[in-house]
Amino acid sequence: MVTTLESVDVVTVGVGWTGGIIAAECAKEGLKVVGLERGRERGTEDFSMVHDEYRYAVRYELMQDLSKETITFRNNRKQRALPMRQLGSFLLGEGLGGAGTHWNGQTWRFLPYDFEIKTMTDKKYGANKLSADYTIQDWGITYDELEPYFDRFEKTVGISGEDKNPFWGKRSSDFPTPPMKKTAMLQRFENATSNLGYTPFMMPSANLSEAYENPDGQKINACQYCGFCERFGCEYGAKTSPEITVVPAAKETGNYEVRFNANVVEVIKEGDKVTGVRYYDTVTFEEFIQPANAVVLTSYVMNNAKLLMVSDIGQQYDPETGQGTLGKNYAYQILPGASGFFDEQMNTFMGAGALGMTIDDFNGDAFDHGDLDFIHGASISSTQTGSRPILSNPTPPGTPSWGADFKRASIENFTRIQGVGGQGASMPHKENFLTLDGTYKDIYGVPLLQLNYNFTDQDRALHSYITEKAEAIVKEMGAKTVAAGGGLTDYDIVPYQTTHNTGGTIMGADPDTSVVNNFLQHWDAENLFVIGAGNFAHNGGYNPTGTVGALAYRCAEGVIRYSREGGSLA
Amino acid sequence: MYIQNNQLFNREVHKMAGKDKNFSRRDFLKTSGIATGALIGGGIIGGLIGANTNKQDATTTAPGTSGETSGSTGAVRGLTFFKTTAEFEAISQATERIFPEDDLGPGAIGLGVPYFIDGQLAGSYGENSKEYMQGPFFVGEPTQGYQSRLKRNEIFRQGIQLMEQEAQSRFEAKFVDLEGEQMDEILTAFQENEIKMRGVESQFFFRLLRQATLEGAYADPIYGGNVNMDGWRMKGFPGHQLAYIKDIESEDFVEIDPKSVGMNHK
Repeated sequence: MVTTLESVDVVTVGVGWTGGIIAAECAKEGLKVVGLERGRERGTEDFSMVHDEYRYAVRYELMQDLSKETITFRNNRKQRALPMRQLGSFLLGEGLGGAGTHWNGQTWRFLPYDFEIKTMTDKKYGANKLSADYTIQDWGITYDELEPYFDRFEKTVGISGEDKNPFWGKRSSDFPTPPMKKTAMLQRFENATSNLGYTPFMMPSANLSEAYENPDGQKINACQYCGFCERFGCEYGAKTSPEITVVPAAKETGNYEVRFNANVVEVIKEGDKVTGVRYYDTVTFEEFIQPANAVVLTSYVMNNAKLLMVSDIGQQYDPETGQGTLGKNYAYQILPGASGFFDEQMNTFMGAGALGMTIDDFNGDAFDHGDLDFIHGASISSTQTGSRPILSNPTPPGTPSWGADFKRASIENFTRIQGVGGQGASMPHKENFLTLDGTYKDIYGVPLLQLNYNFTDQDRALHSYITEKAEAIVKEMGAKTVAAGGGLTDYDIVPYQTTHNTGGTIMGADPDTSVVNNFLQHWDAENLFVIGAGNFAHNGGYNPTGTVGALAYRCAEGVIRYSREGGSLA
Repeated sequence: MYIQNNQLFNREVHKMAGKDKNFSRRDFLKTSGIATGALIGGGIIGGLIGANTNKQDATTTAPGTSGETSGSTGAVRGLTFFKTTAEFEAISQATERIFPEDDLGPGAIGLGVPYFIDGQLAGSYGENSKEYMQGPFFVGEPTQGYQSRLKRNEIFRQGIQLMEQEAQSRFEAKFVDLEGEQMDEILTAFQENEIKMRGVESQFFFRLLRQATLEGAYADPIYGGNVNMDGWRMKGFPGHQLAYIKDIESEDFVEIDPKSVGMNHK
């Protein structure tokens, strides 16, 4: 039996950064908003004993319970897709705040080049720079159009940073708070990259350098550099998260309700509109329909795409024909880098998730690709995020992986290693896509999402190029031993890499090549919006959250305008 | 006789172990508190870890307590997953080979890693309670990861049985009675996937065993390993510190006495 509830103006599926931003903006405009969150409520008070590497970083306390739902994966269509039975390559979140609770806080604006990558690449290098197998396309919005929304998001978060990077887009205002502290480790990277002629700058950080009150009146505390950010919640309220900013801002209006343990399984579509969503109470397994004038999908990349697929909204992408847009252009990231082993001990265990310095000299199109067989690049950083002993056992090349020599080397180098790493952009490929799995289901009987993904020749070429640059920087830093990462082979879902999954519900200017328009309004259902890194038509050389946050503010404007005027916003 | 006095017994012999660097492997077994006599004698209540948590400075928090030093709590150690002392001894020796005692400090046994693993295998880790365990099951590509229908505790149990089987077939002895190099030969065979296991590959078992050993050595002592935070002390990791804001800009390495999250309540 399904219980149909009273209709509301806006329902969001998931309450993290995107769901929280939609809620705050719409509720402030007087719209009644309900956020359906499959996980539990949580907040700063839950994290007083969070400095527990085993519970949070190893056993994934804050992450999705895969016994209920996971994805399936294969490298290519010749393989049989099999379930991701335990977390590994990326960490799916769950609960209030979503991944915005356990993120590191490295907060970037994608480059102007990213948003017009097809046009700019064709213009500079000709239309055949990459083969037709790479389905790059413009995003249907420019950096300049998105700039006010970046500004808005950064002011909500209170980002700490410095505008010293010559390669990023023009900013309408400076960072809300000054950069984080420049530690000895960061100075070593700064000196080395300066010597090599590059332009290092402090990484934009959502771990705040000083206490800050945002435009909504929410207060964020100053970071204490305790070294427990990624995979953890912040016990100080010093890592800006949805549950200490946009969620309370929405609640203060009286127009917002978050309903926990509510797992949405379907978006209900009638004609060219949606009428609401169907969800299970995960405690009682009762089924409900929450009708709404507008539905906003604000879960992660994976479930946004899955919900559209199981609800039969939009046309599934088919790699055989290239037809369809839903599930298209799934992209990831590559992580080239090098490690330096030093004689002297460093305070590697101190830090913050976004404590780092970066160069963008090899990101985007900051360097000439005329003689190179790839496009785009990587931000190259050295970070001091807080090393922890279970997961950090660095050993020089040639050390055994267990036994006496391993023990000695891993203990010695825990405080004697500093890495330089790139976040390499990921270009979409026709064989990298999301679809529904034909075999495996979640506990609600809904098919699992199927990930088809492998690294490409473009990835391998870029990886190799950036690895050399990172290696040279580590050498310049004076390491006694330099260990460069190996070449890329096949994508492996087992070791952790990055939770920067993108694509599948891409944005664009044309309904034939995108799922949503540049207000993130679905082309096939005018009162349905889809927000997240799934909107990215390719993945850039940075962490995604800054760009996701900007898109969420853009979308909020669209939802509000739609609720007043109706119709397509494109 | 060991049972009644084993906290005292173990404390004494543990001190001995720390002083005498020339003890044999067999002696090490005894001095580490899992001497076969004590175990076969009918239980290991109050065994190895009770001894170690009762060390003189007594800073380790006993499991289930709220920050009181363990000297007065009568913390009790026992097995919640393994059913025989033979299994427990075998896994103890395997972890010690992976993370041996040396001049830097204790190895896996001295750090309580076997008890840590026992506890984890009895709980959500061993039961795969957060993993997707629905069928159908197929052998996949290595890039597709865990595809066994077996839970981790079933994999450990089978792996230990096979360690014993290999010890018998290769050396006609129990695993715990082998020389270190012989144990290493068997562990390496698991690591290199040369042992035939049912429903899982032996290299997967080895990876679990290696990782669980490191987890037990370095997890907060509230989980029963990392006794006296000696894993952290060796590594220079201060554990749960409220803030580093005063030290973050230091040019020099800062040595900080470690703290457990379990000490919050002090």
